[in-house]
Amino acid sequence: MWKWLHPYAKAEKSYALSGKLMPWFLAVALPTFVVGIIWGLAFAPADYQQGDSFRIIYIHVPAAMMAMGAYSTMAIAAFIGLVWQIRLAEMTVAATAPIGAVYTFIALFTGAAWGKPMWGAWWVWDARLTSELILLFVYLGIIALYNAFSDKVLAGRAASILTLVGVINLPIIHFSVVWWNTLHQGATITKFDQPSMATDMLVPLLIMIVSFAAFLGFMVLYRFRNEILQRESHRPWVIALVQQSSSSVNKRG
Amino acid sequence: MAFASWSDFIAMGGYSFYVWLAYGVSLLSVLLLVISTVTKRKKIFKHVEQRLLREQRIKAAENREGTL
Repeated sequence: MWKWLHPYAKAEKSYALSGKLMPWFLAVALPTFVVGIIWGLAFAPADYQQGDSFRIIYIHVPAAMMAMGAYSTMAIAAFIGLVWQIRLAEMTVAATAPIGAVYTFIALFTGAAWGKPMWGAWWVWDARLTSELILLFVYLGIIALYNAFSDKVLAGRAASILTLVGVINLPIIHFSVVWWNTLHQGATITKFDQPSMATDMLVPLLIMIVSFAAFLGFMVLYRFRNEILQRESHRPWVIALVQQSSSSVNKRG
Repeated sequence: MAFASWSDFIAMGGYSFYVWLAYGVSLLSVLLLVISTVTKRKKIFKHVEQRLLREQRIKAAENREGTL
């Protein structure tokens, strides 16, 4: 029943499938971004306590959520790569890490720019902030470890193991606002209750979350294809691809 | 619409510096990621192309006669 999946263990097939999927992710990411950002910045009502500073939420929360989403993806891929020795899964880990790192950086930076006017400090050693900072370091560690080996099979394995070790940080980040007395506020959307947010504010936030998720998917596919091309650069199909693109450039020039 | 005028929108109720700083830096970091990803692809293509040309030159040199 699941045999149709088999051909996709072949890099060439996965490369083609990713290429086909990429425009769809972009087709979701771009319109939702435009709508979400205009709605969030100009049309959502100002918060009764925080005024217009709360508008930072429309990048802060999606970035933070998808930073963790990216990590979960990597963890699943790392597990698959290690257990079933599928090197494409390990390439996914390597492809996703930089995007996760950028999202984590965005979450931290926008949080600081929001914290300064609201808390009076750019940074506090609060449990949520500290665990998120550790997530950034874990991401950077994975990227550095992957780049430290010239043998990419070994690199993929090492990065996957580190990814699985770092999973422990995910529940800590999520529950940090429950387990400790934090300056950072508690969950607004991801809880077993109605979201504690007005609908006019919530809808653009959900749209931005969709946008960040779709963009993450797009970038993962793009980097995944880069990863495949680099590792398979001696294979005939990559050589054919390069020759095709160079001949089309020559014709144009 | 939450703002009465364009300048009101820019002012962000007095929080303009923080709001635009957050949005600006986020946009910039995503942009850098996109640029590095796209250039990486171009670099790989160029690399493979150069390797193919080098292989061609080596092959051509092997067939040359009257040399050492």
